[in-house]
Amino acid sequence: MSLQTVKNPHPPGPPLPKGEGGARRPPPAAKDASQERQKRMIAEHFQRLERAREEGRKVVYTFVPGNLTEIVGALGMLPVLPEINALQSGMRKKSAGYIAEAEKAGHSEDVCTYVKCDLGMLRSGNVGPTGTRLPEPDLLLLSYTGCFTFMKWFELLRQEYHCPVAMLHVPYQAEGKISPEMRQYVVDQLRDKVIPMMEGIAGRKLDLGELSRRLELSRRAEDDLVAVWESARHRPSPIDGYFGGVYYIGPIFSAFRGTEDAAAYYRELRQEVEARVARGEGPMTPDGPLAEERFRLVVEGPPNWTHFNDFWRMFSRESAVVVASTYTRVGGLYDTGFRHDGERPLESLAEYCLGCYTNLSLPARIDLLQRYVETYQADGFLINSVKSCNSFSAGQLIMLRELEKRTGVAGGFIESDLVDPRYFGKANIENRLQSFLQMLAARRERSYA
Amino acid sequence: MTSSPESLASAADPAAGAVELCRELVDDLSFGAVRRWKERHPGALAIGYMPIYVPRPLLDAIGCLPVALFGGGDQIEIIRGDSIFQSYICHIPRSVVELGLRGRLDALDGILFPSICDVVRNLSGVWKLLFPDRYSAYVDLPQNFDAALGGRFYLQEMRRIVRELGERGARPLDEDALRAAIIAENDRRAALARLDALRLAEPWRIPASEAYLVSRAGAVLPTAEHQALVEEYVAAAAERPVRVHDNVRVVVQGSFCEQPPLALILTLEKAGCYIVDDDFQLGLRTIEGAIEVAADEDPLAALARAFLERGAATASRYVDEGEKGAALIAKVRAAGADGVIFAAASFCDPALLDQPMMESALAAAGIPHTSFKFAENTGQFQTIREQAGAFSDSVKLWGTTV
Repeated sequence: MSLQTVKNPHPPGPPLPKGEGGARRPPPAAKDASQERQKRMIAEHFQRLERAREEGRKVVYTFVPGNLTEIVGALGMLPVLPEINALQSGMRKKSAGYIAEAEKAGHSEDVCTYVKCDLGMLRSGNVGPTGTRLPEPDLLLLSYTGCFTFMKWFELLRQEYHCPVAMLHVPYQAEGKISPEMRQYVVDQLRDKVIPMMEGIAGRKLDLGELSRRLELSRRAEDDLVAVWESARHRPSPIDGYFGGVYYIGPIFSAFRGTEDAAAYYRELRQEVEARVARGEGPMTPDGPLAEERFRLVVEGPPNWTHFNDFWRMFSRESAVVVASTYTRVGGLYDTGFRHDGERPLESLAEYCLGCYTNLSLPARIDLLQRYVETYQADGFLINSVKSCNSFSAGQLIMLRELEKRTGVAGGFIESDLVDPRYFGKANIENRLQSFLQMLAARRERSYA
Repeated sequence: MTSSPESLASAADPAAGAVELCRELVDDLSFGAVRRWKERHPGALAIGYMPIYVPRPLLDAIGCLPVALFGGGDQIEIIRGDSIFQSYICHIPRSVVELGLRGRLDALDGILFPSICDVVRNLSGVWKLLFPDRYSAYVDLPQNFDAALGGRFYLQEMRRIVRELGERGARPLDEDALRAAIIAENDRRAALARLDALRLAEPWRIPASEAYLVSRAGAVLPTAEHQALVEEYVAAAAERPVRVHDNVRVVVQGSFCEQPPLALILTLEKAGCYIVDDDFQLGLRTIEGAIEVAADEDPLAALARAFLERGAATASRYVDEGEKGAALIAKVRAAGADGVIFAAASFCDPALLDQPMMESALAAAGIPHTSFKFAENTGQFQTIREQAGAFSDSVKLWGTTV
């Protein structure tokens, strides 16, 4: 779901390549230290995966929402995240072929394209973003948080890999709150089922002290990430909380939560963002720093990955900044107060799993969006409804109406997909977005009048 | 190609009355039977539930009428429902919303949304937004089947539902009442099992289209009334004159929660298929066999145990042991079926993601199969008839598909 290995949106040096949209890019800015750090972290992770077999390290495939990275790390295992493989395949323009491969094997055109992309990648040799074959899993860790398709996905992978599956059933927050029974159910599963199974695969007992240490590192990173999100209160916002945001969530949504590296990354990122605030700078875009902030938007729904930079430019060229997004909360919702807690390791992991964005009820999702619109003084909000993801998409039209009613702020609606390029209608999306932004401008003029 | 089976009985048929009654009950999207039940039981609650499964005896035991909701089928024009769900969402949530917004579900005092898929999950939130003053609840069925883990959580879920309905006028849960409700449900399930057994043995006597209507009539009837209706039909069908056709025996798989229109089932029959087993109204098959309650056992625990230990391998249930598709192969063999027709609702992630695993298992077992998709309001069947006819012919000619 998040972005792990991505191209720097500002690759260095002329001559300028043509962008996805055919436009020439202006000179890019130098990479920030945090970007360099993230790049190094990712490269090292894939190197570790390459060496996993020879070093006897166990490999765990798992999902972003409800991930148990601190436990995986404390047991010396390495995570692989199939959602991230899929989105990276989308960005590397490989997803169309992978999806076609899966559809040839009998998968319906109707179903989640992350799943089909992952299965197609597997059938094509399971070559990861660094060009080497990913190691097969020793365990499929099925954190069943906020998405039923995860369950089918790992049933499908189990048939391919014939390895054990550890299922963690995370109840849905249908009433918008975590009941003691829900928390206890997850804690009990972790203690009695999931962790013993992981220990069996890892060949060692979980060191609770090490788990607590990692959870404290997570908390530090989460504090800094929240500060980054909240920097968008400034005008201009120093960050883009959607397109830029997917870079920021890379480490914490993937293999690095609970590591020294992640804690250092988020401290560095926070300092960079605070420096941008001090300088009164806006966010970076694929075409360099944003000079003017005309529209402040809140976005609901995942981005399209096959045309990511095209999509981003549709916003940045209209001087539209995303001040908050829900997609960047899908692997952990921290800006409502939750933190991992080394003093309450299993309880806080349970609360983390239960609190991921797509595990919230529709009314609770609307409450959060309303809070973002108001906190970040958004001019409008936009829903990118993706065909592939029923978990996100079912009900978004009523969310749109309800949010307009509550906030008085105009909402826009566009449709695309995660990694199936057949569903990215560039002209249609651009027309809709421009019409939406024109409407926001007209509203603003009327209010001035 | 064969002629069609003796489906949807004629006036001379002893089963005609029962079939006609069932059809009226199924077609009545104003839920007249529920309204009449409420008139006979002043103050009692009628509680709707979405597919696939909720523990009906629990509702029975606290004096509620459980009402299974299957959407609007092909009988309601969708206007407002389409303004809430995008075109790439399956059809049933939009028809349920349409029924609600048109007041067709006003006889219900609440709706339960069991955890089966992301769409029905989100529909539970849509419902709260559309009808904030009406009771609705999400029922989180466990995917952990250990009694101490998922079992305990499920017991808490059932007690929560009892408590919430109690606050709205339902009776307190009483062990004897629950025990009696489980026995009544077992009797009904036994009657349905006899219906299935007769269909399996003599599918020319009980077409699937009729079996579908007779079982689905139970969606709006008290348990004992439905049992009586099923028994009446089975007794009558056993007496009807029959004509045996040279049809292939097929299992239809994949309907999950959205139901095919009745005309689609008839189309398959007309295409030369005896549907000897199916997974329509999957909730009826969620628990395999009777719900067993030991004499000294808490019946609520028995209800939970049945779900944990006797749950069928459906697309809504995590299958962590054995090979996917093994249950379907066993079903095909038990039914003496010649092949499988996959009929899944468009955009139904669980059924459609399950299907390739099922197909692989069938292919490995040498069992012919074919597939198509439908929506509950599908109105064109010619292509499906041709496809099913070709499947039937190829199985008859070569024993396999080409």
